[in-house]
Amino acid sequence: MANPFKTFMLTELLLGLSVTARSLFRRKVTVQYPEEKTPQSVRFRGLHALRRYANGEERCIACKLCEVVCPALAITIDSDVAADGTRRTTRYDIDLFKCIYCGFCEEACPVDAIVETRIHEYHMEHRGENIMNKDKLLAVGERYEAMIAADKSADARYR
Amino acid sequence: MKSLGNLWLQMPPYVHSTAITLLLTVVLILSVAYLTLWERKVIGWMQMRIGPNRVRIFGFLPGMGQPFADVIKLLIKEIVIPARANKILFRLAPAITLIPAFAAWAVVPIAPGYAIANVDAGLLYVLSLTSMGVYGVILAGWASNSKYAFLGAMRSAAQMVAYEIAMGFALVGVLMAAGSLNLGTIVAQQHGGPLAWNWFWLLPLLVVYFISGVAETNRAPFDVAEGESEIVAGFHVEYSGMAFALFFLAEYANMILIAGLTAVFFFGGWLSPLDGFPWWLGGTSLLAIAGTHWLLVKMFVLLFLFLWFRATFPRYRYDQIMRLGWKFLIPATLVWIGVEALLSWYQVGPWKH
Repeated sequence: MANPFKTFMLTELLLGLSVTARSLFRRKVTVQYPEEKTPQSVRFRGLHALRRYANGEERCIACKLCEVVCPALAITIDSDVAADGTRRTTRYDIDLFKCIYCGFCEEACPVDAIVETRIHEYHMEHRGENIMNKDKLLAVGERYEAMIAADKSADARYR
Repeated sequence: MKSLGNLWLQMPPYVHSTAITLLLTVVLILSVAYLTLWERKVIGWMQMRIGPNRVRIFGFLPGMGQPFADVIKLLIKEIVIPARANKILFRLAPAITLIPAFAAWAVVPIAPGYAIANVDAGLLYVLSLTSMGVYGVILAGWASNSKYAFLGAMRSAAQMVAYEIAMGFALVGVLMAAGSLNLGTIVAQQHGGPLAWNWFWLLPLLVVYFISGVAETNRAPFDVAEGESEIVAGFHVEYSGMAFALFFLAEYANMILIAGLTAVFFFGGWLSPLDGFPWWLGGTSLLAIAGTHWLLVKMFVLLFLFLWFRATFPRYRYDQIMRLGWKFLIPATLVWIGVEALLSWYQVGPWKH
């Protein structure tokens, strides 16, 4: 009771009430999600994708840097020598439940093969669908190559 | 239409009161449903959000279908009864909390000269019924066989007992002003414009009564009985589905009741605020007619205060609640009852003859 008069007149409480009363009439900041969306950065880290070169050749050279750097141990890679004598992955799995979307794999990749796209509205309906295997990752990469390339080039001058 | 009216008038009084009771109950339940929506809307606005707006009724009125969606969801949920819970008391507790909140309306004067039961000791009836609610809370907490529920029950028991005293004392002041325990008489005695209502001469008692009312209904900032940050959901932590919904219903019905009682005791119930004004201020206009609508307007404003408090104040710590109740509210009421006694002894203000 520092100031009995103030305490007795509930001054502080009335001040608090005036704050909420004012914000009652202030402009609402809600974004109505499915209809409205907030702007997204080109650096957004969402669903993963494996990219190809323009001639259709896989970028990934199975260096396993992403597997090593991954802090959540979400990436599993097996590699072998392909028919044309190049080093290729035979298995490239990302467990989306383990992944923490830190983007280290993308940073570590020397050939820009593994990338995180700005896709964030995806879901799984069955057990096991959380494992993104090589085919699925390449499919995402093929489907969204235009977007990925645009995002990467937009961000390139800041790197 | 006329024959229907005649038929209604010819009915015996118990038919009248039964019909009005049913009507009042349905109106109350609907008001509770929409009070929950209104609360979410108001709190949303105060947090600069827009609140529920997805569930529509027939494609119109965004958000207006929300209460029904909630009720249907709760109705189809399973009611889990915990192992080793006292099954009878566990089922009984929601009813015990809910019934008094509705039953107290029997004596509330809802229209000029009308209450479902025009009881002379109406104020005592109200006091005893509102204190019944605490039994439901205690039984729910005890019968759940859960530590959190029990803690919540203990907290709310001590809190409600403490604030009931302050509430009772505040009503003693009203009783002294009105000279009657009949709620209809208490309203009628306040006639003569807004300054003749009890709030003006009994302002400290009004403040105490309303604060105690908030505490009695276990509403924020006195919601330690629920205290979700400490004891999950307090006394109703083990309740699910419709059993939980009954507690929810009781809390909101109690809020409406406290708002109604505050309007009756301190704001002239169904009296018009323009009553007693000269004609050029609308003293003789249609707005000056006393009626249920004025009671509803006053209740709406008071209910808004409940929501406003919840959106504004952080929860009191438990010992702070006890301190406020015992060391502040009760002495304040006692002092003002003394002041009021002196005023009426020396015939000052409304006691001038």
